[in-house]
Amino acid sequence: MRRRRRRPSVVVAVLAAVAVAFFVVPLIGLLQRAPWSELTDDLTDPVVRDALRLSLVCSVSATALAFAFGLPLAWVLARTDLPGRRLVRALVLLPMVLPPVVGGMALLLAFGRRGLLGQYLDDWFGITLPFTTWGAILAEAFVAMPFFVIVVEAGLRSLDTRYEEAAATLGARRFTTFRRVVLPLIAPSVIAGAALTWARALGEFGATILFAGNLRGETQTMPLAIFVELQTNLGGAIALSLVLLAVSIVVLVSLRDRWFPA
Amino acid sequence: MKRAFVALAALAVLLFEAAPPASAGNKPSGEITVFAAASLTESFDTIAKQFEKKYPDVDVKFDYDASSNLATQINQGAPADVFASADVDNLKKTTDAGTVAPPPQDFATNRLEIAVEKGNPEKIEGLADLEKSGLVVVLCADQVPCGKYAAESLAKAGVNITPASKEENAKATLSKVSIGEADASIVYVTDVKAAKGTTSGVRIPDKVNVVATYPMGVVKASRNATAAKAWVQFVMSKDGQKTLRKFGFLPP
Repeated sequence: MRRRRRRPSVVVAVLAAVAVAFFVVPLIGLLQRAPWSELTDDLTDPVVRDALRLSLVCSVSATALAFAFGLPLAWVLARTDLPGRRLVRALVLLPMVLPPVVGGMALLLAFGRRGLLGQYLDDWFGITLPFTTWGAILAEAFVAMPFFVIVVEAGLRSLDTRYEEAAATLGARRFTTFRRVVLPLIAPSVIAGAALTWARALGEFGATILFAGNLRGETQTMPLAIFVELQTNLGGAIALSLVLLAVSIVVLVSLRDRWFPA
Repeated sequence: MKRAFVALAALAVLLFEAAPPASAGNKPSGEITVFAAASLTESFDTIAKQFEKKYPDVDVKFDYDASSNLATQINQGAPADVFASADVDNLKKTTDAGTVAPPPQDFATNRLEIAVEKGNPEKIEGLADLEKSGLVVVLCADQVPCGKYAAESLAKAGVNITPASKEENAKATLSKVSIGEADASIVYVTDVKAAKGTTSGVRIPDKVNVVATYPMGVVKASRNATAAKAWVQFVMSKDGQKTLRKFGFLPP
């Protein structure tokens, strides 16, 4: 079925143009103020470098957590008839629509020093999460993991279960089936989910600053550094913003066929 | 092609729509937005009520944040009418950039205090106690006035601490103590006074304390300069000053 291409009316064209301008103008604003000649200086500034390094560590760790726990969860949601599955899915996806600041507050009240679980972590194991890099990683995982779960679950659902059944009849154990048959088949979903999760983790701000605090080299990731640097060092803030912009574009381009077919 | 042109023309009209002329009346009216240091939250909220009683036609709105953040926003063209900073440097940033009309008016001073959990369970008696290992101390970020003042005070006292976090403004710093996540922080006397229910204060002796001067100025691009000037005058008036004293601020 071929869709007929139509010309928009003037009103529609104008409104659409305003919408496009609304997205494009801020980007131009960022680019035209970019200190291109001093960009290397700005990016090697110790504060900026620490933030870059920490962001990389935290976002990769958060993605690894999403893989380790999100993959089993996606499988449970896609393949089992567990009662309350729909409720579980809704709860797991909640952080996608929850304002991150609320997420940070909730994390603090759960895992903080006086929090629901945090007080026992502190009393029994001497573990405190706020103000540590682990806190920043957890904040990012909380906000970003749903992206992994939802994408991988969709991949599992669209996979024909007969592959798994065939493997089982040939005597493969469940884990072997999963590792050798299912995982290779859903690899595109896993990669796409990981990329989205990573990008979201990289940009995390609200939950991180609330739960993990803001300390250079420990919890001050790129978005936090942008926020603080903006007050005194506009060049450094713009340089960091450009890095995040570049990453976003790379993720977008590499996922375009999967998510945004023309 | 023709349609695209029409669309662009319409867009241009939208973008360059003429700004309404500034009101030139003598009696303050309309709305003003005051960009104020976070430490002014409680006192300015109260002063606004008194101000609006005196000038019922004026509606005062606030944006409270770190002065350094507000200065950046004003210099980038944020629609503020008045800027009240917790330090001289950040107000100077705006007068230097030509966004706030000089000269600024100093309207209050403030001092630092150690905020601890209610009842002071860690028995902190002074800045030196903050060096204790295992103590979770949070400070304001270096860029923020309260962070700069805290660094000055700690240097004067010869105390060296590793903070667990450097928060974005005085109120955020204090909240980490009131929520129980940190054992101590260094904020303004007025912040601790405002959070009496959840935190206790430990005095920092004058010798190692700092005097934080709060200046205020009218933003040049203000569309309601009449009301903005009236606000500055009111804060300087006997009533305004009395309220500031009540919240623990000292005379300028």
